[in-house]
Amino acid sequence: MATKILLDKIDIPGIKSYEVYRQNGGYASVEKALKTMTPDDVTEQVKASGLRGRGGAGFPVGLKWSFIDKKSGKPRHLVCNADESEPGTFKDRYLMEHIPHLLIEGMITASYALGANLSYIYIRGEYMWVFKTLERAIKEAYAAGWLGKNILGSGFDLDLHVHCGAGAYICGEETALIESLEGKRGNPRIKPPFPAVSGLWGNPTVVNNVESISNVPWIVMNSGEDYSKLGLGRSAGTKLISASGHIRKPGVYEIEMGITVDEFINSDEYCGGMMDDRPLKALVPGGSSVPILPAHLIYKTANGEDRLMTYESLSDGGFETGSMLGSGGFIVYNDTACIVRNTWNFARFYAHESCGQCSPCREGTGWLEKVLYRIETGQGTMDDIDLLWNIQSNIEGNTICPLGDAAAWPVAAALRHFREEFEYHVLYPEKVKDRNHFVKEPFENVKHLINK
Amino acid sequence: MKVTIDGHEIEVEPGTTILQAARMIGGESVPPAMCYYSKLEGTGGKCRACLVEVSKGSEADPRPMPKLMASCKTGVMDGMEVKSISSPRVLEARKSVTEFLLINHPLDCPICDQAGECDLQNLAFQHGKSQKRYKEEKRTFEPEDIGPNIQLHMNRCILCYRCVKTAEQLTDKRVHGVCGRGEHAQISTYISAAIDNEFSGNMIDVCPVGALTDKTFRFKSRVWFNKPYNAHRNCPTCSGKVTLWMFGEEIQRVTARKDEFHEVEEFICNDCRFDHKDPKDWVIEGPRKFEKFSVINQNNYTKKLDKVVLNTEEHILAGREQDRKKISMKDIPYTEHESKE
Repeated sequence: MATKILLDKIDIPGIKSYEVYRQNGGYASVEKALKTMTPDDVTEQVKASGLRGRGGAGFPVGLKWSFIDKKSGKPRHLVCNADESEPGTFKDRYLMEHIPHLLIEGMITASYALGANLSYIYIRGEYMWVFKTLERAIKEAYAAGWLGKNILGSGFDLDLHVHCGAGAYICGEETALIESLEGKRGNPRIKPPFPAVSGLWGNPTVVNNVESISNVPWIVMNSGEDYSKLGLGRSAGTKLISASGHIRKPGVYEIEMGITVDEFINSDEYCGGMMDDRPLKALVPGGSSVPILPAHLIYKTANGEDRLMTYESLSDGGFETGSMLGSGGFIVYNDTACIVRNTWNFARFYAHESCGQCSPCREGTGWLEKVLYRIETGQGTMDDIDLLWNIQSNIEGNTICPLGDAAAWPVAAALRHFREEFEYHVLYPEKVKDRNHFVKEPFENVKHLINK
Repeated sequence: MKVTIDGHEIEVEPGTTILQAARMIGGESVPPAMCYYSKLEGTGGKCRACLVEVSKGSEADPRPMPKLMASCKTGVMDGMEVKSISSPRVLEARKSVTEFLLINHPLDCPICDQAGECDLQNLAFQHGKSQKRYKEEKRTFEPEDIGPNIQLHMNRCILCYRCVKTAEQLTDKRVHGVCGRGEHAQISTYISAAIDNEFSGNMIDVCPVGALTDKTFRFKSRVWFNKPYNAHRNCPTCSGKVTLWMFGEEIQRVTARKDEFHEVEEFICNDCRFDHKDPKDWVIEGPRKFEKFSVINQNNYTKKLDKVVLNTEEHILAGREQDRKKISMKDIPYTEHESKE
């Protein structure tokens, strides 16, 4: 069995409640940090651990903490980003739902490190039952003296609140999240200034993903060095992967980074192979915004090395032949899946979720969706395929926040690797009328029609 | 601090943005700005029309910035080098932003009151293409009445947020904002309330397109048929310095005075704008000048007009003698005397 940091206690009955969690060594990191360590010690340990942000971008957590402006004398805040809305990602929900005190423990320790006396968990509105779970857990923590004034007699005060979003994907972007938390419309801010200097109510703020914060207790209890020994190179530690799609055992898995993609998909410990005898066709390794990989680039990189579950290996080859680890939304497709329909589905999501603030994203995502819909329903032309490429390249990099990029990348990758399927939709509109056309007639069987 | 834009060097104060520095230099390098408004706090960064390439970050950190930067929001650094029109990447980005802004725009300039002083028209003229690639139906909105003075045409809106910031900054209470998301985001007063704050009329002036127009001027005239005059009056609320748009003796429209970047110099109150249409109310200072290429100059009455002299052959309008004979009826002789009657 591989090392588990986050899910090692998940199977203990009643771990959701404070008593059971405490009996199993819960809140020990708070005791250790508050009694024996200075805030800077905690930050140093997290820095040494090499823990990278688990929300998608993979920015080192310790480094992010060290940027927080401590000199201004303004109050500081820690905000936990639990607005997990990326299609294909459901790891944070699993953590918060089943072991809510782990996140709260992490929040207390991390707030202590940052010197934050008022911290928030921003959770998406669709997770209402998880919101209630967290509320209950926070009440328990207050009652047991882990939150409030003068925690453990150390003189450290912390108030923790859960704030519920109202159903916007964009509020997972850190500055939009801050705007939303302030009670405003969730429009991303223009950076700089970065939240570490001017975030929530203009105060220095750190925004971290649920999984990132949940790793902090383990790092404090052991050491940063121990953590950095797990995983592979710069991809230190373990990662939660939300596996879904045409696999035998979908679910949330904690992996030690560095195992091969082959092992992850095919071993019985994880996904257990494909769900039936239909072959693997494509993989989205990190949530809907990352580029899709075609079958021949999944297990091996372009230069023939094994593809590993690490930040580096998955992005090997750049966007030409690689992808990204992203938030770990691992979606596997077999040959019944229609990539055009899948791309349209993603594009529809981004068009719906664009905040409408900057023009390339507002107009471009809608345009992408409409053109993809035309192609998917057999009303497209060959020019439309080039048009799609042009629109996505005009959006990418020209927007305020990464949502524009996130909308452009899947389209670009689908065109790059599956252009023939788009052409098939244009050339044979009658065949694609039924949305399950690839179930009866997989693309491999009709591929020859295109090159005629 | 020293900054170089398209090869032009300029010394600026710290805290200046690239766009402001470019405006100080002037000329072709000034990036177009559809949402940024120097008089309004918090505007800018949204339309992406002003994207520029930073080819050298600063003297201390000479690395180029990988992405194109919104010049209205990026502060200059000492030794920064910026490419505006000298970068093909920037021109490409401006073209694509123009296209994005136009795909859902109704392109109804012939019936739009803003035509002639519209920033989007200017942008499209400079950076737009003549073909269109957008085959789908344009997005439209339900018409909404936002009060007796201001006409909202949401279909024309480019969501620059200027009017929202105007209301935040100038009026006592903002009653409108952006509702909805993405393509369907719209300027609205939520439950169709009327906008009647004292300074709300400035929304019309800051609007870069024809989304917010003056109801008292609606369909009265094209802007280039009006004669703009600087005028002022003693106003208890605002500075009272305005531009009057006259047609003959009639004041058809009152607006604030705008500078060469189409930004209001001093905001005016609704009283001046909507309720003083009598020339007796105003002290007219003189003609208002506009930039050289503005279509408003079509009707420029300050220009010195030379007398038109037709240099043609004598009698060319009367035709040649032999032709006259051929055409005219033989039986009725043509005489000089008759033709004069």
